[in-house]
Amino acid sequence: MKIDRLEIRIAGFGGQGVVTMGRVLGVAFTIHEGINSVNTHSYGPESRGGSCRSEVVVSQGEIHYPSVRKADILVALSQVALNMYHQDLKADGILLIDPNSVKDVPDDHVCYEVPAMAIASSIGDVKYQNSVVLGALAALLKSKIKKESLRLAVSKNVPPGTIESNLAAFEQGWTHIMKADMIIAKCDKG
Amino acid sequence: MVEKAAKINNQQSNLSLPYIKTGRHYLEGSEACIEGALLAGMKVYAGYPITPASEIMEHASRRLPQFGGRFIQMEDEISAVCTLVGASWAGAKAMTATSSPGFSLMQETISFSIMTETPLVIVDVQRPGPGQGYITTSQEDVMQARYGHHGEGPIIALAPSSVQDMFNLTIEAFNLSEKWRTPVLIMTEETVAHLREQLIVPDLNTIEITKRKKPQDLEIPPEAYLPYGHDLVPPMANFGEGYNINHVGLVHSEDGNVSNYSLKVHLENIERLHQKIEKNVNEISRIEFQFLDDCDHLLVCYGSVARTSLEAVKELRSMHGIKIGFIRLVTLWPFPEEKLRSLISKVKSVFVPEMNMGMIKHPITEALRDRCDQVISMPEIGALHSPEKLIEQIVKRASC
Repeated sequence: MKIDRLEIRIAGFGGQGVVTMGRVLGVAFTIHEGINSVNTHSYGPESRGGSCRSEVVVSQGEIHYPSVRKADILVALSQVALNMYHQDLKADGILLIDPNSVKDVPDDHVCYEVPAMAIASSIGDVKYQNSVVLGALAALLKSKIKKESLRLAVSKNVPPGTIESNLAAFEQGWTHIMKADMIIAKCDKG
Repeated sequence: MVEKAAKINNQQSNLSLPYIKTGRHYLEGSEACIEGALLAGMKVYAGYPITPASEIMEHASRRLPQFGGRFIQMEDEISAVCTLVGASWAGAKAMTATSSPGFSLMQETISFSIMTETPLVIVDVQRPGPGQGYITTSQEDVMQARYGHHGEGPIIALAPSSVQDMFNLTIEAFNLSEKWRTPVLIMTEETVAHLREQLIVPDLNTIEITKRKKPQDLEIPPEAYLPYGHDLVPPMANFGEGYNINHVGLVHSEDGNVSNYSLKVHLENIERLHQKIEKNVNEISRIEFQFLDDCDHLLVCYGSVARTSLEAVKELRSMHGIKIGFIRLVTLWPFPEEKLRSLISKVKSVFVPEMNMGMIKHPITEALRDRCDQVISMPEIGALHSPEKLIEQIVKRASC
């Protein structure tokens, strides 16, 4: 898998696990796949509810500028986040949203939906929503990174005692996107 | 005196200590800083929390007790840095970290540490000012690092630009501090402290650790010991080893005596403090550079701005046909004027992007006064410059 520069931006509110997602992605690429990645994040002074952003830049070569220039993937977990970062998504970039928190989506990009919060609630806690999103990302990134690498990074970066639920969340996120992909593939054919 | 980290660990029978493992890690700059400090032999951390430096303190609080070290949360930054002075006099390697408003509070004791020739390490995770400013990133304290403390005291200040640098330069900061008997500053930024990327930890046998020069090593008996004498960098005895030590912040003669003041004593005291740092600038300082062979223009930078700058320079060369060279100052102070001049014979423009209104631009202008037509400051406040912004400005200015 050759990666020149892959830029992923995750944005939402504090408490949604945005910072953790960035770290897990970075660990998956760098520790489990041996590919360079840089993870930056920014958040307001609030511990919950403030706007929050995490970015991961992945490259087989050196990574100088550590932040996103034009995102290949934008994960927007709030309407504010989508509105703020939508214009920095590449023309052929992919959007991933939670349809329950993002209602108003411009139709100029390929957009995948994963009801992360609802899935996480059904597993037992909304806190698992970031693992659902990571599962969805694993599916979107399947040509770039092995699913197992991300799964491993999730299991090693969540609190002990929550590994099983987080992995269940991850699997559901993965399945949701894989099914959506099949529908898109069918539409393309027919 | 240099020893390998593995050997020092061995001497202390501490091989079972949980040093970071050789190999690849994925860490934040703050964590890499403390892991480097532990390998360098840090035994005391005293600090006061402040955004965005608190992660360094948190990591020290988790890790240092595992090494039998002392972690102390102090009542403020002033007492934090004073604690380092005491620890250092007792023979322990000591460090603290703070951010810009806290760095201001430490200035008095930085000056005192220079005068008493006390090795210690201070990390400033710079945030924008003045006042409480904000909690984002900045390079606004780089002049304060050199000129913020009172008196004619030279300083050593390093500027890391990656997680690997935070590890390597923290070890180097302790080494420089012990070698030159002086406080060393790590002038980092929120960008680097909060950034996560890979850290490669080499074999411990390859990491060199500088040991403090002591009178015992030079076979100087207690009765002949001069706490500020014997050499350009005086050997330093610990309290409790039978040596009479007079650590004083007043102007002093070689024996630490303040009562025989004369202009001659005064001049000798200050001249030696200067000479040990400024005369050894070429040994102390480091510069990194690329693309200097054919350059018409030059970009000089430091810290995390070096990352944006290198990306911009590569694009300017490959996509815009602008022959621009790249220089990164790893050491900010003592300012490596001679080294900088030796790299550049003549260029048209020198671009200096900084996350301040133009600070290191001044010593650069002085150093390259006859080597360029103009020095152009490229300020950014509160955030890294985007590569697009640097490219656009340089294209515009380089073609006129």
